Amino acid sequence: MIDTLLAPFHYEFMRRAFVAALVVGTLCSTIGTYVVLRKLSFIGDGLAHASFAGIVVAYLRGLDYYFGAAVVTVLTALGIGYVTRRARISLDTAIGVLFTGTFAFGVFLMSRLPNYSVDLQGFLFGNILAVSRGDLWLIVGLAALVSICITLLYRPLLYTSFDPVVAQASGIRAEFIEYALLVLLALTIIISLESVGIVLVAALLVTPAAAAYQLTRSFTRMMVISAFIGAACAVGGLYVSYYVHAASGATIVLVATVVFFCTMGFKRLRRAPA
Amino acid sequence: MSEPAVRIRELTVCYERLLALDRVDLTLEQGQAIGIVGPNGSGKSTLLKTVAGLVAPHSGILEVFGTAPRKLPPGTIAYVPQVEAVDWTFPASVYDVVAMGRFPRMSPFARFSKRDREAVAGALEALRLSDLRNRHISQLSGGQQQRVFVARAIAQEPRLLLLDEPTTGVDAATEESLRELVRSLVAQGMPVLMTTHDLDRAEDWFDSLIVLDRRVLAFGAPGEVLASGAYAGIREHVHTHGHARAGEERA
Repeated sequence: MIDTLLAPFHYEFMRRAFVAALVVGTLCSTIGTYVVLRKLSFIGDGLAHASFAGIVVAYLRGLDYYFGAAVVTVLTALGIGYVTRRARISLDTAIGVLFTGTFAFGVFLMSRLPNYSVDLQGFLFGNILAVSRGDLWLIVGLAALVSICITLLYRPLLYTSFDPVVAQASGIRAEFIEYALLVLLALTIIISLESVGIVLVAALLVTPAAAAYQLTRSFTRMMVISAFIGAACAVGGLYVSYYVHAASGATIVLVATVVFFCTMGFKRLRRAPA
Repeated sequence: MSEPAVRIRELTVCYERLLALDRVDLTLEQGQAIGIVGPNGSGKSTLLKTVAGLVAPHSGILEVFGTAPRKLPPGTIAYVPQVEAVDWTFPASVYDVVAMGRFPRMSPFARFSKRDREAVAGALEALRLSDLRNRHISQLSGGQQQRVFVARAIAQEPRLLLLDEPTTGVDAATEESLRELVRSLVAQGMPVLMTTHDLDRAEDWFDSLIVLDRRVLAFGAPGEVLASGAYAGIREHVHTHGHARAGEERA
């Protein structure tokens, strides 16, 4: 029995995958608290899609995937911050046009490659078992950086999430905080790509935080519960995927989705008269 | 004589092509409360937002304590918007929101100190919210929400207080306690700039009254201004143009 439970840990690639899942699950769902409360889920999804162009260009140039994705995603995040504040078209429209356009450009470039690369397709749905030792260091390093920034910006992020106008009037640099959050979101997405994939990363940003929102009315508790759910779903999902021989990214997201519906049910039960 | 809290000369503000404020002059001294009245779309809220540094002037001079609002140290200005401006389902209690008033002055590494907790407790007490401190903000009445916003501003310990129609939609008791609070702050030297629809009690609230309709139509002691024709002009204005313009102020 114990042997069966520990079986996945006999493989080094599985051990790396578990560490990656834990880090990515925790980080995505922590920053996801802001994504849910600031209603940025569409931006998260869009940023993830935009990153694909960077990955393909990096592949064509023989550069590191992460580097390519980082450049394109961070630039897109800054661009969307600018569009939000200055443009006169609706944000929905701007994101819909810009991000799908960038994604299409990535697919266009990939489809013209002589041998249509399976490598690149891995980024679409994620392949956590392919996380190398170097990738893992990068994931852990970037996650630490993002966590430190989130901690230092905790109060201004909280204030501007609730009431950006008054926060700005009181002297908090709301514009800077917004750009900072978008860049942190971009970095979070980048380190999640290999684990859960472009198509599914938005779920990891939104679902655990949305589940936590059902369970508490305190912001701090929501963040802690979200991080816990995210970590548990990522590790649990990876575990399940090992035994049922399914795609890890999809399994992780499915587990999170089930947890979300459970929290919704729990909330209803708690509300119902005894 | 100390410098005025707010000095405005020939201030013009535009939204896109719409002229929101047209060559407005205003001086607010320390320890003085000025009320701004005018029809919907007259630029009342715009004037507050411009003083708060949220809207950039098109031309003219705007100085808050002798400098541009955006260059002031964090925490200097407290702005109290109308309550519908935020999402009241946000996961926060009354205490959490009032505590946000302390954030502007706190460094990223600072912990919430005894001094911060005392300021929050004092603000809750002043707005009679102590009993509601742990209540979630979605469970508050309109008047209580308004008091939470004012308490957050008080907890900030600002040097200038800007209030946007704090008496709209609140009960008489809340209005009276707000008035007492504002007058006691003014007595301690706080400059207050406030918009209102309620002309009847202007003399109890303000030292001076400004009648605004993009331009300054009248300025002076409340009694004089109300006795002058500007007040009647507004009444008429509201009837003839008020509704047509109602949407513009939000633009």
